[in-house]
Order: sequence, then structure tokens, then C-alpha cells
Amino acid sequence: MTADATAELDTFPKLLLRNEAVRPHRPAMRHKDLGIWREWSWGDVARQVRCYALGLMAHGLQRGDKVAIIGTNRPKLYWSIMAAQSVGAIPVPVYSDAVADEMAYVLDHAEVRFACVQDQEQVDKILGVADRLPKIEIVFYDEPRGLRDYDHSRLQAIDEVIAQGAGILMSDPAAVKRLDEAIATGKGSDTSVILYTSGTTGRSKGVMLSAGGCVKAATDTVEFDRLTDRDNVIAYLPLAWVGDHYLNYAQALVAGFTINCPESPETAVEDRREIGTTFAFAPPRVYESMLTRIMIRMEDAGWLKRKMFHYYLGVAKKWGEKILDGKPVPLGARLNYALGEVLVYGPLKNVLGMTTIRIAYTAGEAIGPELFSFYRSIGLNLKQLYGQTEAFLYVTVQGDREVRADCVGPATPNVEIRIDENGEVLYKSPGQFIGYFKEPEKTAETMTEDGYVRTGDAGFFEKDGQLRIIDRAKDVGKLRSGALFAPKYLENKLKFFPNIREVVAFGQGEDFVTCFINIDLTAVGNWAERNNVSYGSYQELAGHPQVYDIIAGHVAEVNRQLAEEPMMAHAQIRRFLVLHKELDADDGELTRTQKVRRSFIADRYGPLVTALYDGSTEADISTEVTFEDGRKGVISARVRVADAKVLPVSAPASPPARAA
Amino acid sequence: MNAMNHSEFRQDIAPGDTLLAVDNVTLRFGGVKAITDVSFDIRKGEVRAIIGPNGAGKTSMLNVINGFYHPQEGRITYRGQTRSKMRPHVAASQGIARTFQNVALFKGMTTLDNIMVGRTLKMRTPFFWHLFRHGPAMREEIEHRKFVEEIIDFLEIEHIRKVPVGKLPYGLQKRVELGRALAMQPELLLLDEPMAGMNLEEKEDMCRFILDTKEQYGTTIALIEHDMGVVMDLSDRVVVLEYGQKIADGTPDEVKKNQKVIDAYLGVAH
Repeated sequence: MTADATAELDTFPKLLLRNEAVRPHRPAMRHKDLGIWREWSWGDVARQVRCYALGLMAHGLQRGDKVAIIGTNRPKLYWSIMAAQSVGAIPVPVYSDAVADEMAYVLDHAEVRFACVQDQEQVDKILGVADRLPKIEIVFYDEPRGLRDYDHSRLQAIDEVIAQGAGILMSDPAAVKRLDEAIATGKGSDTSVILYTSGTTGRSKGVMLSAGGCVKAATDTVEFDRLTDRDNVIAYLPLAWVGDHYLNYAQALVAGFTINCPESPETAVEDRREIGTTFAFAPPRVYESMLTRIMIRMEDAGWLKRKMFHYYLGVAKKWGEKILDGKPVPLGARLNYALGEVLVYGPLKNVLGMTTIRIAYTAGEAIGPELFSFYRSIGLNLKQLYGQTEAFLYVTVQGDREVRADCVGPATPNVEIRIDENGEVLYKSPGQFIGYFKEPEKTAETMTEDGYVRTGDAGFFEKDGQLRIIDRAKDVGKLRSGALFAPKYLENKLKFFPNIREVVAFGQGEDFVTCFINIDLTAVGNWAERNNVSYGSYQELAGHPQVYDIIAGHVAEVNRQLAEEPMMAHAQIRRFLVLHKELDADDGELTRTQKVRRSFIADRYGPLVTALYDGSTEADISTEVTFEDGRKGVISARVRVADAKVLPVSAPASPPARAA
Repeated sequence: MNAMNHSEFRQDIAPGDTLLAVDNVTLRFGGVKAITDVSFDIRKGEVRAIIGPNGAGKTSMLNVINGFYHPQEGRITYRGQTRSKMRPHVAASQGIARTFQNVALFKGMTTLDNIMVGRTLKMRTPFFWHLFRHGPAMREEIEHRKFVEEIIDFLEIEHIRKVPVGKLPYGLQKRVELGRALAMQPELLLLDEPMAGMNLEEKEDMCRFILDTKEQYGTTIALIEHDMGVVMDLSDRVVVLEYGQKIADGTPDEVKKNQKVIDAYLGVAH
């Protein structure tokens, strides 16, 4: 391809046409439906999208209109994005698990005119809030089930729109010409998509990304990871999340690889195994739950297998990462590792669906060093990246042989990073956003005068040039004594224990640090089963004295680690409690991307926070919970507050520490 | 969803007409009267609930309808034909399918295989061919598999397609059992406590599947259920039994107001 040709490929519809011309028969998408993988080549997809776009134009879709995309990862929803972009309209993917109220806010704020949704559930949600959304004209749906008897005056199946478009393609050359012109006149400076942030702090904001920026950013990383049209990904991340839009949608169009849509979100692991994906992304908690499941299942294996498994995991721990990093390893160890590959690692990777994975990423939160090493030691090329929606994902990324668990890598090609005087990480990237939709004042707050974007994260560069993120910049606080308090840092240390699922640390402006802990039901439940501890509910298990003992042990271990770090030694955890319910996004306690909303939780569980600091040994709490159907109920409980073991601080900090 | 029509049964009964009539049925086990002189009807296309306190004779009634028990007195008329003594498999071949109070699946077999079992009565190829899984048998199996996959999609159980049902939680087992009954393309579906032992979310899912079954396939449904909220929301008409006798029959609203029903459920002050 000549330089001129590449220069013109600055929008996704143009890339789609390029793929249709260059690799018409390569698979572009697969979807498992009724137990069988269906496949569409780039030629098929381009044809479908052309018809779809013509159908949408016949419904009056115009350049600049907003089209909401709501549902799980399905070909027709990806086509909806492509079709909207072809016309010059702006797709707005929305989290499909958002409750009706959240959805109404985004749809209203984005001024959505059409919505392309997956099924009855989403149609019901939109119809439920339709009176607040006067701008919505038509809702297009993929799955017709249950919708037969609905009033179809403002409702239509996506299949019908495509069929309608196919008719226009045959009969109306003028319309086809208009579409071709719409694609040709699309510019790199146009808004390609609006992605709403998950709203860790307050209402979500609409991040506008330019077509040219998106394509440029994706081109850089496709080159960095040498992705080609022979690669395969499985699309199971939320469509509305930048990760899916970047790693799957944008990179697939740039590199021409295949997007595989699972049958349902629950079957993603099994489907990935069937397909044999080569590029993978998962947040740390997915890797963690996979490992937990394996370890639990291995406990049920026979004696010989168990022995062999643990022996070879030991070998892998010692040599696996060195072999992966290409460091010198003695021949004997190499041979033993190779035998382990045949006996343990190979079959294990097969079960996990990782046999063919060439590159795997994790991001979103800190990953436990042991967890990270485990996957790398069995031969999975797992790396970290750091990014955010405003950057169109990548800010830093680790190269194949420069991987460490506690850092997120050096800057991605063509990205500039600067640390400001407060320790906040700033960057400038090719994919960086145009601004927040309809919120110029917030855009201005986020940008520096010289065009850098504030990440809101505090971090610093290590000696080898890798960026290390400590916490959200505004969350890094101080105890009353003036000692540094980085809640996320503590929370992550605790979350590395499989028994602990979620932690919320408090301490800003207080005398000492305390925390709420959520146990992990899979791990602790399994422990309970093995130790004959009976329990009737999550609440009962969480309050069990023996569970408290286990958690107290974990907290003490973290305190021991903290005591060795001069900067953090004074932030040891003095008191903690185990929460009676799991923190849940439906109750507003987590964001849709599963991050804790600390201040909201502190408000909601006020009496418990008070109890942590006033020395009482238990506290009553009742909270309202929202069920999946939107109904509300109340959970009340008496929660025990426990003291943790605190170690004396070895290095004295500037202000004198109180005796433990 | 074209494969899931009910062309095999004559469509001569219009929705709203009587599909099955129970006339003055009495069932005795030795000296014990399980059902005494009960009459009611089930109309095509409706959800008909049979409720009553423990031991009221609900499950016995269901067993009478599908031919497992033979009443000493009274008549059962299905599709206009009065039957004398009928075996359950005959009922099945006439389009009556059921689920059980205690899940009755093949625990060691997968979800897929359990639902395939529901297609057995529809297999036409001689046994000989099935022995070798070739030729017509293979073609037929593919046809049935397509049908079963649609049920799996309908009930949203793709993720457990190949899991032995013994390993599944109770709520899912109930769903698989419903799947097996649906695989028979029944005209009349009998559900014995489809929601017993389920949590709220599972109950709501099951409600949706029952309503979808009715709406999408026009299946007539008779169900026994204890959860009053579910019964009142779901059913078109309710028959109430107590000590083997019918004490009320009508729409959920009528039944709710009936003094005898209130007494039976809440007890009477004497």
C-alpha cells in the first residue's frame, strides 16, 4: 500500500472498504448461534453494512445523528456501529447492564435519535423511560423473541432494515451514490464515536473520539504487537467500554483480523477455547477467577495428578518466566520445563483456552504479582497496559520481554508522558479525545494549557523507564499525623489474597487506617466446604468467626509488608470488618467496570465507618438493595468489627507515630 | 423459529375452546379418597393453575390427567375423545408432556442429551439405523438437534449444554426439565411445582419462560404451584382443591375473594 493510500484511510468505513477489497474472503466475524459457528467474510460484512446503512438512510439517518448501541457482543451490533459511521452518524455504545435510569441519562444527554439494541430486555428498558426521551424515533432490535405483540410503530427488526437496504441497493442507484459520497466525505477530524465513561466519580461523561485519531492509535498498536489478518479475538467485553471498541473493533478493522462473538456471556470461556484466539485481553479479576477455579478443581484430582501438577508448577515458577523472557537457563531445566509443557502446562492452557494465545493483556487495576507470574510461568505472554477512555485506550504498554507485575510499561509509540508537580500522570496521544460531549468546562479542567490530558492517576517512573501507578491522584491523602495514605495501594495488596474479593480503605484525615472487606464466595465457600463449616447465606459466611480469623491473618500479613516500606509504614490497617453483602454495581457501590465508589460507600455504610473509629466491637446496619428487575429490598445485619495486628514501624517517619 | 410449530397436531380446536375436560372424577387408593367428584376444564391456549394446601390432591390430579392414575369414577375427555384407561406413553404421544415435583432427569447425562430424550417419540427411522448412526438416522438426528438447539436458545441454557445435569443447581435442572417437556412439542404442558425451591430471580426467569412458551408456541399449560404471587400473576384461571374436593374455580381475582379459599389457606376461627 502506498503512503498516499494509507493517508486517506482515516475513518473506519474506509477501512472496511479497504478490507473488502484486499481480503474479501478472510473471515471478519464469527458468531456462535444455536450451537454452530456462523462466519462472515470481510466481503460479507461490507455488503451487510452497506445494505444496513442504506436502510438507515431510508429511515432518515443523517450525518451527525447519534445512534445508541445497546447489547452484548453480537455481529449485528458491530454492524450497527459500522453502518452508522458509514452514513456519518455517531454511534454511542451504552452499557447493556445499566438500569433504566442510568440508560435514560446517557440516551438523553447524547441526544440519541435511533437505538440499535439486542433484545426485548433492552427494548423494554427504553420503552420504560421513553417519556423522558422525546428525541428517540425508532428502536431497532436484533432478537425478535417476545417482541411479536409489541406496537411496531417505533420498533423494527435490524434484519428488516438490512433487507430494505438490499432492495434499495438493487433499485435506487441515487441512494447508493449518496452513501458512497457519505463514506468518501468522512474526514479524520470527524467524531467517530462517543464513549461514555463508567462514572467512577459522579455522572458519566461522553468522550468524543475522532476517526483519524482512533485509526492512528490502533495502527500504532497493531504494528507494536504485529497483529495480522490471521489473528483471532473473542469479543466479550462490554461494547460501551473503550477496551472493546479499541482492542476488538478498531484493531480488527485496521489489521483485518477476526472478531468472534460468543453464544452468550456465560459461554465466553468455552467458546474461546473452541476458536483458539491469538490475542486476548481480560481484567485481572478474570485471570484470578480462572486460577481459583483451577486450584479448586485440582484439589479434587487424584493423588498422582496432584503431585505432578504441583511439582511442575514449582518448575515453572523457577524457570518459566526466564524462558519466556529469553534469559539464559541451564539445559536440564529447559528439558524438565519441556516435559512439564507436555504433562501439565499444555493441557492446562488447553483447558483455559490459551493454547494459541500469542499476546495477552491485562489492565484496569493492579494485578497480584503471584497471579501475574503464574500465567507467565506456564508460558502465556501476559503483559500489562495502562490507558483510559480519553486516550482511546493506550498510554503505556509493556513490550514482549520487558514485563513486570508492579509497573505498566513505558509510553506507547507516539505517546508522550509527563508527571506534574503533584505526581499526576499527564499524556499526549494520537488517539486522545476531542472533548467531553456538551461539557466544555469539564474538558478544560482535564486538559493542560499545552495540550496534555490529566489522567487523574498518581504515579512515577521507575529506573527502567516503566510507569508505576500508585492510586487515583485525588484519593492519595494523608492521615491526621501527616503520613501518606494511598487507599488503592492498600486495597490492592489485600485483594491479592484469593479469599478477599473487594476492599474499601478509609483513613483520610483520621488517626489510623481501617477497611471494609468483601470475602470471595468461591474461595471462602470452598474453604468452608473442606473444613466442614456450614453456612446458609453469604451473610452468615461473612460473619463466621473462623472467616474473621482468616481475614485477620491476611490483614496482618499486609501490615507486615507495609511496615517494611518507609513511605507506607504508618498506613497499617488497625481495624477492619467483613461486610455482610457483596458490593454491587446495581446498588451504585461499584461502577459498571467494577471499581469501588469509595465516598458513596462511606455514606451508605456511615454507621459502620463510625464503628470502625469509635472502638465499638459491633454495629447494626440496614441498607436498601436493588434486585436485577429494579425492585428494592432491605438487608439488615449486625456486623462485627475486629482489631488487626499492627507491627512497630522500623523507620521513623517525619511526624512521630503513635504507639501501636 | 419455524421448526417449532405444532403442525403435527390437528389445529381443529380454536383457542378458548375446551381442550381437556375432567368430569366428576373420583380417585381412591384403597379406602383413601384422594380426589372426590372433581370437575373442571382446561381451555386451549390458557394457563390453568391447580392450587390447594398440602395433600389436597393436586399432584394426583395431574397424574390422572396424564394417564398415570386411573380414576374409579368419572371421565377425562381430551380433544373431544373420552378415554377409558390410558397409559402415560399414549398421553405423551397425544401431545401431553409434563415435568415433575422432584426433578426427574437423567443425572449422568448432559443437558443436551436430556432434552434430546424428549424427541424420542418423534424418531421415525428404524432402530437398526440408529445402531450405526448413519444414513437416515444421522439425517434425522441432525433435524432433531436443530430443534433442541432452538429450545436451548429459548431457555438460555447454552452455557450448560454439555454439563451433566447432576452437577447443575436446582433452578437450572428445573429449566432443563422444562426443556425436555418442550422438546415433545406438547399441546398440553403439565408443570408440577415448576418454581419450588427457587430464589426470586430464578422464579422470575421461570415465569418469563412459561409465559413465552404460551405466547410463542400457543401451548396450553396446566400448573401446580404454591407461590400465590406467581399463580395470581401467571394464570388465566385457577381451580382450588382442598381434601380432594374442588372448593373454587375462576379467574385469579374471583378466587382470591372466595371465602372458602381464604379459610382453606388462612384457617378458620372456630
